[in-house]
Amino acid sequence: MIVRKIAAQDWITKEMLLIFVILVTLPLWIEQIGLYRYLGVEIVIWMIYGLGFNLLLGYSGLPSFGHGAFFGIGAYAFGLFQLWFFENLWLAIVFAIFASFIAGAAVACFVSHRRGIYFALMTIAFGQIFWFIAIKWHSVTGGEDGLLNIPRAAADFGIFAFDLDSNTELFYFVFIVFVCIVLLLWRLVHSKFGKVLQAIRQNEERARFIGYNVWLFKWVAFTLSAAIAGLAGVLFSMAQQGAYPDVMALHASGIIVMMTLIGGGFVSFWGPVIGVTIYFLARDVLGIITEAWLLWFGLVFVLTVLFKPEGVAGAWQEWRKSRTSTVSGYQTLLQFLSTKKR
Amino acid sequence: MAPIFKASEVHKRFGDHVVLENINLQFKSDCLSGIMGPNGAGKTTCFNVLTGKYKPDRGRIEFQGEDITGLAPHEIARKGISRSFQTMNLFNEFTVLENILIALKEVREHGFDFMHLLARESEVAAKAEKILSLVGLSGKEYHRTSDLAYGDRRSLEIGVALAAEPSLLFLDEPTSGLGAKATTQLLDLIHRLKQKYTIVMIEHDMNFLFELADSISVIHWGQVIAYGTPDTLRDNKWVKQSMLGEGA
Ligand SMILES: Nc1ncnc2c1ncn2[C@@H]1O[C@H](COP(=O)(O)OP(=O)(O)O)[C@@H](O)[C@H]1O
Ligand SMILES: [Mg+2]
Repeated sequence: MIVRKIAAQDWITKEMLLIFVILVTLPLWIEQIGLYRYLGVEIVIWMIYGLGFNLLLGYSGLPSFGHGAFFGIGAYAFGLFQLWFFENLWLAIVFAIFASFIAGAAVACFVSHRRGIYFALMTIAFGQIFWFIAIKWHSVTGGEDGLLNIPRAAADFGIFAFDLDSNTELFYFVFIVFVCIVLLLWRLVHSKFGKVLQAIRQNEERARFIGYNVWLFKWVAFTLSAAIAGLAGVLFSMAQQGAYPDVMALHASGIIVMMTLIGGGFVSFWGPVIGVTIYFLARDVLGIITEAWLLWFGLVFVLTVLFKPEGVAGAWQEWRKSRTSTVSGYQTLLQFLSTKKR
Repeated sequence: MAPIFKASEVHKRFGDHVVLENINLQFKSDCLSGIMGPNGAGKTTCFNVLTGKYKPDRGRIEFQGEDITGLAPHEIARKGISRSFQTMNLFNEFTVLENILIALKEVREHGFDFMHLLARESEVAAKAEKILSLVGLSGKEYHRTSDLAYGDRRSLEIGVALAAEPSLLFLDEPTSGLGAKATTQLLDLIHRLKQKYTIVMIEHDMNFLFELADSISVIHWGQVIAYGTPDTLRDNKWVKQSMLGEGA
């Protein structure tokens, strides 16, 4: 079976354009289908979070159950910078990404020599520590009430500035970040570095014996992924104009894992994008019908893990493959019949 | 001539199970050194200690005159030592070609390249092709590794080890599990590799080793119990005994 040629990898693909087009037009149609614009903001923020998370889970095979911590650190740092120092969108974003980068780098030092269940357990432990700090350190984080009234300054480009007051404006701001992250990560996962991460996921020992410093690769992947989670956290605190500890709870960290897996992060770059969409639609559509929607979502997750660990993207890929193979099967049959006749 | 690789008084135990006891080995450049011995003798463990998977409890390991005792596997690999594994150890979801590419020195030196593809440079792809043709896998470049037949996986196992252009190549029972025909093909391959590489090979097939090796060390009960050329060892009572003891 021919898998996939390592031909030139494009910067932009058809799937990518399709997703960009769907998202860029979202404010035009989302209300028509009975949803609301803020949902679009939320979905795209979590897509960014999920794509960064999947660098670790899907590509490197490292299950972090504590990524909410970095999302939260990004959100708090964005708010604190502006509350302590001054209102400036760009500096606050840089500061927040740096904060989650540093936190990620520190945690990565402790978890990078682990994998599998031990890796998962250690990330839970670190996640819980950060969550605990967020709740208990009242004077800085506002404790359980969170950090309120975080300013959402205009996006100032020197010669012109965008207000980000309305949900539509904010949506496009978040969308632009999404496009950048997609382009960046797409390149990254197809680069030599990305291939090494995939090699490490498949066989850490062999990667080591052909000369890769596995620890360092894991460390970089973890830190990058934490920084992207921090960026998503920044956007979330812009959206909410506040930062709250609940995104750092174990429960929230578990949900990003669920989203990524249901979508098919192990077999597709777009897995988290699909999974995030399913989650939010379940929350807002199923949520109207029943308060127990998360129970149903959890059940779908369990079934996915049991019967289709490759998720929605995996099912889709299989369906397409089966379609092409029936076509070729049909052609073989035709060929066979025509040779018989002759 | 000084040996390229030297292990002196190497000890290794797991818990209170002593697996290697006072191992002394020397491998000469441009030679094929064989290691034989019955199952469970400690041959694979010996490779594991020499290539950095385990640190020896005692002893000293030198490569090209440099002390490499206790270095990590990737550090030892980067000094020019490659190995294959007895139980196969490949990147199963990658294609055959990707398995080779990822192991190439040129790719390894750019592991932190976040931009460029695995085989962007045509010389790199050409090099991978050459290795694949050497181990007899031409035409299967784009097969998924997990779909390969057993014999092809064995060949790829060696191909991956070759990709780093090692100065010293360790092969752990490359014939294990192969049928007669595949074993003959492998014999031919190793004959060819012998022209270019310094090889240390563990092998349970006595005839195979007697035909190929310049010198042979026999390991039994975690010790080197005999050493010599195939001719001097052919009638060695330890060799006969240990090979009989191995059974089938
Ligand atoms: N990681 C380990 N932990 C405990 N015992 C081990 C380990 N690796 C090997 N052994 C033991 O060392 C002995 C030698 O094994 P091995 O080196 O694989 O033998 P050989 O390759 O000569 O057949 C066996 O008794 C095996 O159980
Ligand atoms: Mg063995």
